[in-house]
Amino acid sequence: MGEIAYWLPLVWAALIGLAIVMYVLLDGFDLGIGMLFLSGRSEEERDHMMNAIAPYWDGNETWLVLGGAGLLVAFPLAYGTILPALYIPIFVMLLALVFRGVAFEFRFVSKPHHHWWDRAFALGSTVATFAQGVVLGGFMQGIDIQNREFAGGTFDWLTPFSLLCGVGLMAGYILLGSAWVMMKTDGDLARRAQRHAEWALYATLFFVAAVSLWTPLMSDHIAERWFRGGHIVWLWPVPFLTAVTALLTYRGARKGSGLQTFLGGMTLFLLCFLGLGISVFPYLVFPSITLWQAAAVPESQIFSLIGALLFLPLVLGYTAFVYWTFRGKVTEGEGYH
Amino acid sequence: MDFGLDATLLARIQFAFTVTFHIIFPAFTIGLASYIATLEGIWYFRGDDRYHRLARFWTKIFAVSFAMGVVSGLPMSYQFGTNWSRFSVATGNVIGPLLGYEVMTAFFLEATFLGIMLFGWNRVPRGLHFFSSCMVAFGTLLSAFWILSANSWMQYPTGHEVRDGIAVPVDWLAVIFNPTFPHRFAHMVTAAYITTAIVVLSVGARYWLQNRYAEESRVMVRMALAMILVLAPLQAFIGDQHGLKTAQYQPAKLAAMEAHWDGTKPAGLVLFALPNARTESNDYEIAIPNLGSLIITHDWNGLFPGLKDFKPDDRPPLTMPFFGFRLMVAIGLWFIVLAGVGGFLWWRGRLFESRTFMRAASWSWPLGFVAVIAGWITTEVGRQPWIATGLMRTSEGVSPVASGAVGASLTLFFFVYLIVFSAGIVYINRLIHKGPVLQAPSGLDEGTPARPISAATESGRGRA
Repeated sequence: MGEIAYWLPLVWAALIGLAIVMYVLLDGFDLGIGMLFLSGRSEEERDHMMNAIAPYWDGNETWLVLGGAGLLVAFPLAYGTILPALYIPIFVMLLALVFRGVAFEFRFVSKPHHHWWDRAFALGSTVATFAQGVVLGGFMQGIDIQNREFAGGTFDWLTPFSLLCGVGLMAGYILLGSAWVMMKTDGDLARRAQRHAEWALYATLFFVAAVSLWTPLMSDHIAERWFRGGHIVWLWPVPFLTAVTALLTYRGARKGSGLQTFLGGMTLFLLCFLGLGISVFPYLVFPSITLWQAAAVPESQIFSLIGALLFLPLVLGYTAFVYWTFRGKVTEGEGYH
Repeated sequence: MDFGLDATLLARIQFAFTVTFHIIFPAFTIGLASYIATLEGIWYFRGDDRYHRLARFWTKIFAVSFAMGVVSGLPMSYQFGTNWSRFSVATGNVIGPLLGYEVMTAFFLEATFLGIMLFGWNRVPRGLHFFSSCMVAFGTLLSAFWILSANSWMQYPTGHEVRDGIAVPVDWLAVIFNPTFPHRFAHMVTAAYITTAIVVLSVGARYWLQNRYAEESRVMVRMALAMILVLAPLQAFIGDQHGLKTAQYQPAKLAAMEAHWDGTKPAGLVLFALPNARTESNDYEIAIPNLGSLIITHDWNGLFPGLKDFKPDDRPPLTMPFFGFRLMVAIGLWFIVLAGVGGFLWWRGRLFESRTFMRAASWSWPLGFVAVIAGWITTEVGRQPWIATGLMRTSEGVSPVASGAVGASLTLFFFVYLIVFSAGIVYINRLIHKGPVLQAPSGLDEGTPARPISAATESGRGRA
């Protein structure tokens, strides 16, 4: 294997990893707010929650498109095997995102008859998150591949493990969402968000622990990676930092610091994602197709990489600019165009 | 293995259904984004409040349309993998980067600056807001560029070679600027601009007929009419050139569009017929002799391949390309007539006196969408039986997914889109009915009681 053919798939794996992390962190908090939406007691509170995310959600969701397109760009074989394997949860997620996405606009134009869209927003966010967790679980528990094609059944993804991942991701997104509400609003709404954050943190930690214990039992590869062959010497900082972050997040939530809770929640997600990467590496379609086997030809990877190096910094720049433009608390009368 | 024709057919119906719904919104928002940017530009440089009110008004409609475009577009980027995985694996090296560039250059640009465009009226300086609207408009055009490049490559692939059944790029410029792309891109963007201009014209005409918003109505009617006067005839020219490319690169599609069977004889222009694949001829044909040859070859006795020159297995289905094409052309001709009459009235100074013209204009709003969909049906069904012409047949590109799963997702799509898009059309109609008012009567409608005051201060600044 040439040098380039070795490094390019790693670079692309890192880029797609970045897209997924950006997606989970950014859309994670707005999906979390969607799940908490019906906890807003008055129309005004719900307006506040919606306005706290309305300028960003579309950009946030674009990272999901980049994740999908990036997989096709750099690893067509992974794109063409993972997606058919997870056909049902992926479509459930997409349809739920349809409801939730239009609710941002429909809710305001349908006033005063917007209650149905309140529910569509909350339900769409919940179902989309659950389905994303199921997709993640379905990916981690392994996909049946023969002859470079998905060879399993329609419901292979449906296991207690994938359902557990679905619920776990809901808890994680609610943690991010409530922390965002703590940062962006005041008063009663922020105080309730603080309680939600605390509760969601406990749930998140429970599910992180459950997944961490379950995956090595389920897969020899993962057990080998973490517990045999002496890798733990290098890997112990991951669980250690997770514990420290959990503690800091807890203290952030207790003292009502939205920022600390939010940063803590984000760090937890990053560490989990890192752990996941360590678990499945070097496979992209776990446990049979490696990064290099799934990779597009170097000509394609290089061509797209040039675009990524040119445009992603620009994208990150203007994303940051929009977040900065709409910084601070959501105030009375702020919001809808 | 329980997949075969059924799963392929269901996957095709699902793709056709979802993309047909999706295309309605880009066809509208590509034009509308440019229109809003133009309105805002005029307001920014001239400070004329009518343009500000119109920009705000169309931005609300844009927001609803764009949201529907985004959510109906998201499934498209995943369907290549879920339903067409073998196609994705075989052509991903070429198609993938084109879609990747679309996301990186266009989607982020649109989505991010949309936040400022919709919510930044009171947050950012006016020039920056104008800039954001321009970025959104530019993003919609970039998006069209990449997606049409990918689509055109499927129509006539170039710049690649096949290694072990996988298409590998060898010349990126030849991939991106494949032979049918430039005309297709020009044709689609012009179609989007015309579609939007027709909607703007019909909304302006509707207000004029109702005696509401006289000022805004005049601005809209004039701007839209000027646009259509230029673009409708131009589109006929672009379409003709695009047809010549089709004759050159996809002769089977062209033969199907023209219902032309016998390539050894000059073709008539078939006005109506029921193409009959079994007898290899047209039933109930009404045709003008030789005119087909004149249009396609620009020669009265010119010859071009007929359907019989292709093996039955390599022929596209006939009915949809044939009628789709005719419907599209008929609507295009209607736009030329409508613009011609409007232009004549305008020249005579009687544009705002003719009730008949305004009524015709106000009823024409759906026709642009119908023409766009008819055109896409023509070109996509005409591409069959190939998913990438000459490279892979549609039946070979489908995913190994059970037909039951595809049937279920198709059913769900049908109901979800039915609910969501019916609601969207109702809301857009409600926004149009309400009109370009900035002062919300109850304060409830805008969700922002403070807004009328800030709008007033803004317009105050506008005059200074």
